[in-house]
Amino acid sequence: MWERLRYRLRYVSGTDVALWIVAALLLVMITVGSYNSLTSGRYTGKQWFDFIISGLAQGSIYALIALGYTMVYGILFMINFAHGEVFMSGPFTAYFLAEVLEQRGLFETNPWLALGLVMLLSMAVSTVVAVSLERIAYRPLRGAPRLVPLITAIGASFFLQYTFRGLYTPGFKAYPEVQPLKGTWTLFGLEIQRMLIAVFVSSLLLLLLLYAFVQFTKVGRAIRAVAEDQQAAALMGVDVDRTISITFAVGGAAAGAAGVFYALMFRQVNFFMGFFPGLKAFTAAVLGGIGNLPGAMLGGLFLGVFESLGPSLFLEGLGVPAAYQLKDAIAFTMLVLFLIFRPTGILGERLAKRA
Amino acid sequence: MALLECQHVTKRFGGLVAVNQVDLQVEPLSIHSVIGPNGAGKTTLFNLITGFYRVDEGSILFEGEPIHWLSPTHIARKGIARTYQNIRLFGDISVLENVLIGMHTHLRSWVFEPILGIRHFLDEERQAYKRAMELLEYMGIGEWAFFKAKNLPYGQQRRLEIARALALEPKLLLLDEPTAGMNPKETEETMALIKRLRDDFNITILLIEHDMRVVMNISDIVTVLDYGEKISEGTPEQVRSDPRVIEAYLGRGAATAMAMATSSTAQGD
Repeated sequence: MWERLRYRLRYVSGTDVALWIVAALLLVMITVGSYNSLTSGRYTGKQWFDFIISGLAQGSIYALIALGYTMVYGILFMINFAHGEVFMSGPFTAYFLAEVLEQRGLFETNPWLALGLVMLLSMAVSTVVAVSLERIAYRPLRGAPRLVPLITAIGASFFLQYTFRGLYTPGFKAYPEVQPLKGTWTLFGLEIQRMLIAVFVSSLLLLLLLYAFVQFTKVGRAIRAVAEDQQAAALMGVDVDRTISITFAVGGAAAGAAGVFYALMFRQVNFFMGFFPGLKAFTAAVLGGIGNLPGAMLGGLFLGVFESLGPSLFLEGLGVPAAYQLKDAIAFTMLVLFLIFRPTGILGERLAKRA
Repeated sequence: MALLECQHVTKRFGGLVAVNQVDLQVEPLSIHSVIGPNGAGKTTLFNLITGFYRVDEGSILFEGEPIHWLSPTHIARKGIARTYQNIRLFGDISVLENVLIGMHTHLRSWVFEPILGIRHFLDEERQAYKRAMELLEYMGIGEWAFFKAKNLPYGQQRRLEIARALALEPKLLLLDEPTAGMNPKETEETMALIKRLRDDFNITILLIEHDMRVVMNISDIVTVLDYGEKISEGTPEQVRSDPRVIEAYLGRGAATAMAMATSSTAQGD
């Protein structure tokens, strides 16, 4: 017994000890903060419930974007840092359609049709941007060292941001309201904002649909085959280049849909809107285990809820002023902690295997 | 007409000539073996045929059409399937799905069909599933269908690799040392299986092997490579008694010794 413990201790470095102390401190902070907040009675049960629901809605948007990060990573082992801009391009372009439709009164007379059209346009634009990005910026660099496409991705991100700024002017644009999604529904005796439920449910459906696509169709199988072994897949008659394009297209379509949900929730779009959701979704993908599809979905939801509950649950209990503004800090602290303590993510094991 | 024809195929890696002016004619429905010591250029030849390497000189014809300029994907679609010496399955995917990926080119549903024509899509998937199961049963690994491919025992992985190649419905099957790492009994079984494959599926088989005893019983034609050059070709009996082959396998001394032994017995008679 003591022998074994001594043996173990020989492999403990100073860094390990320091990290354990950090982890312990954080655990204490989280427990004390949560205890204080929950016992202080500053928020009612209903308010906690609202935090969770809005976290889930926000998280399902992250999950949709994270899907693109994780699929591209799975197949090319690169982080597509321009994915946030793919997310922005769709709803930003679709805004102009939405504006016209609103002026014509279609959002009044037939809101679902109007929403559907906006959605379709947004998804189409994001898909086209994602596929062209791969074709123009990444494909020529296939086989280059892994750092090269990463830097290209950052460049492409700036290029897209400022192209759209130039095209559509830098100001914020307000998305039209969808009447049937205003107000609240009462479910199980609780009042819930319709918008949040609608976003959450439709994102979840879309996620399931995309997951089924990857799991159960010929093209999805080809995607997974190419992710594992490009050469062997080519030998099975799978067109590798085309499969990679489809992967980008699927990620782009998901991001385009997420973009519309985002625009409906926050009611505004602008050329910079992809930056933070993009980073958050990347965080979500890492939390879930990058390269792992269910992981990205889980990571997104987890991050959304954590970010929405975190400020009031952990920080206010510790007496931090204006805690809600530290929402982003909480998300990125999570990223750092996960990279330190569990770099493989919640579900993943692939990163460790491949890095 | 030969199904596959290599004409003066040459491949160089820097100064090394891996395959040198090799001519090869694979007749339809034959079992054709390429043998040679390690490093003779057998696997390079396979990589040239499947399009992973570009030929430096010469040409490769499949059913009379040149294929050496096509990509591996298109060569596979023409009807050439292969297995690897060191098995290359899709390890994290189920055994059944490995075979389904082999059927990739025969399934028509693309991105939109599953959404727009759900019934047709389901029909097609069901048929593919049935056929994949049949193939697995044929190879005797049906009970492993829902395991991850990497969790299969070694021998079964080899069988799966062949099943996956058969799923392409190829006209020509290239097998790269299908018995590598097997004991004599398994080797014998595998050879019997290869013979059955040819008869049951009506395919042509081109086989690589470094151990010449293994292929003698089942091959119609044997080609011997050494240092990238074809040194002998013919029926197993012809090849076996060719002094150049013995020299390549056993060294010059052995060849002369064998030659002397045969000539002395001849004199004795």
